[in-house]
Amino acid sequence: MSDPANRVEPLLESARDGGVRFDGFRLERTDGAYVLETSETDRIEFDEATADDALSTVAEYVSNWWYWQRVVEGDGTARRAFLRWCERAPPIEAEANGEIADADGIDGSREADERSLPVPDRYEALRDGVDREWGQLRITTRFVDVDEPDGERVYDLWHADDAGTDLAELDVYDDPREAREIATYDDDGRYRPLNTAPTLPSGWAFTGCSGEELVEAVEFFYPATVANWHRERLETLDVDHWLETAERQTGIYDVIDELPREAVDWMAEACCVDSQCLRRREWEYEADDELAIDGGDGQFPCREPCSLVIAAARKWTILESEDERTYELELTTSEFNQLAELIDAVAEGRTDEIREADVYDGANRYRARYLRAKRFDDGSLEARTRGEQ
Amino acid sequence: MQALVIAAHGSHLNPDASDPTYAHADAVREAGAFDEVREAFWKEEPHFREVVRTLESEEVFVVPLFISEGYFTEQVIPRELRLEEWDPERWDSDGTDASQATLEATDVEKTVHYCGPVGTHDAMTDVIVSRAESVTDDPDVGEGVGLAVVGHGTERNENSAKAIEYHADRIRGRDRFEEVKALFMDEEPEVDDVTDYFESDDVVVVPLFVADGYHTQEDIPEDMGLTDDFREGWEIPAIVDGVRLWYAGAVGTEELMADVILERAADAGADVGDSIETGREAAESAGDDGTDPNAGAGAGD
Ligand code: SF4
Repeated sequence: MSDPANRVEPLLESARDGGVRFDGFRLERTDGAYVLETSETDRIEFDEATADDALSTVAEYVSNWWYWQRVVEGDGTARRAFLRWCERAPPIEAEANGEIADADGIDGSREADERSLPVPDRYEALRDGVDREWGQLRITTRFVDVDEPDGERVYDLWHADDAGTDLAELDVYDDPREAREIATYDDDGRYRPLNTAPTLPSGWAFTGCSGEELVEAVEFFYPATVANWHRERLETLDVDHWLETAERQTGIYDVIDELPREAVDWMAEACCVDSQCLRRREWEYEADDELAIDGGDGQFPCREPCSLVIAAARKWTILESEDERTYELELTTSEFNQLAELIDAVAEGRTDEIREADVYDGANRYRARYLRAKRFDDGSLEARTRGEQ
Repeated sequence: MQALVIAAHGSHLNPDASDPTYAHADAVREAGAFDEVREAFWKEEPHFREVVRTLESEEVFVVPLFISEGYFTEQVIPRELRLEEWDPERWDSDGTDASQATLEATDVEKTVHYCGPVGTHDAMTDVIVSRAESVTDDPDVGEGVGLAVVGHGTERNENSAKAIEYHADRIRGRDRFEEVKALFMDEEPEVDDVTDYFESDDVVVVPLFVADGYHTQEDIPEDMGLTDDFREGWEIPAIVDGVRLWYAGAVGTEELMADVILERAADAGADVGDSIETGREAAESAGDDGTDPNAGAGAGD
């Protein structure tokens, strides 16, 4: 970052070259004088000779201008919009273009969270650090130099569950590419094929990242979420609904457009709810045919069924092509209820938590083995099929 | 600004499937020729569908990390990238000479240079030879030694066999190895009978696959008789029917693959400066310990 004194000339140059209007700060050149105005200070005029003095009265606005226009740059990019969101800056570029519909957020639930801070409040907040959550990630934006902020920000990134953990207890990284490795396995060492599953392990931190490094790391954890979130804010998110996505498939996935309509509801309930995926599902069956289940409250949108859902849909399409039959089998009331408990435990990923001797839980291993010993014949439930007419 | 996208298959089941993609992407990042470098996948994230929008560059070079022209490179990747004007004719290839096509993706205002797969690039021939050198730990390997280049065969895609034969022919033309053969998993000449096809006492076997997985770490070693059970591993070299077989594992894990990716992009007009040279020197100075031929066992899906 440059010496603050060296920012005056570039700033004056911008003022001469069309004027500066940025984040509540305005500087123009009219008739040989510079005219300065901010959201809180009255209009003053100065010339080259008094520029240093005049601008030092609005040092925060100047360093803020420098950071965004000369360090971050990238006008109109998702990266810039995201970094501004990180410190609760108003989404100015979009506002200026009249593109943002409602700076208060996309829907009511996120409204409070979207309150943005003008420069003086933001500078106050950045001394302590501004925290944001993005899925299971926590991002803190802060000044490099807290005592005499020169405008330069750095970003810390860690797991939301580690918000209260001492840095000394975390594995600290600085290369964003390390995020790929961290995101590969869950806490039990199992592969995470869906990056946005809420199973990101904790115990790590990236500290003192540049804006570019932060976005790179976030994108390794949750690929394409920043780009799609940005599009959503600009109201240009291109959602591909179930049917068009399914019809586009070829090869072994060619069949999935035959998945029955109601099965798509069940599939979304199985895979896409907040307990399974942190993306907010925005796709429906078709544009005018919504699924029965809510898309969730995720911070970032899901714009089309992901590859995991496509692969699972193929299995369900094949399974749903079978005819239903009526089975007759003998079970006690408790055994019938136990089947439900077993399915529920697997569906909630609860089997690991059921204690060895907790025979009161129908999904306990001994209980399941007992039921199998009693009711299985040749490896499957003993039952008769009733011919249906 | 220019960006490079490496488009690979990836896997929902095997976490190692994407390792070579990441390794090559990192090598390209370090070479520094591109402002942005992204990995993109069919089965992992970012998906082909959403990768281009994550880039700030206006000019995007997409290099498929696939062995041959076929279903994925001709249909799936261009469709998912939304290259509406795409037609396989644009490559004007008979199976092994796709170079690139310049197109627009419909969801972004960017120019996409859609390149041919790495597997059919001429530079791949060098990677196969380099693989033979590293597995035998002999920079001059060739004299008295046979080389088998192994691929799927036609069952899945007829161009897959063409790519294997193409490189086998090119290596044969160099008169370096005693004998060079193209062998296949699902057609004649089959890799199962590898020793029948060679007269040399030493045969290097290089599978032309982009990543190690089920085929290269389970099927081929067992079929060739390197081991009865892949889980127990195998010797390098292993003696089968009196022949010493040097099994190299998937060629796609070779460090020089990053050069092939850069060459593909350069052919399509990317400004890669001297990064191919630099990359090669870095790979050479890193020696031949970069890849463990037994790493990454497990099935892809
Ligand atoms: S399709 Fe469902 S599971 Fe897949 S990313 Fe979207 S919301 Fe998540």
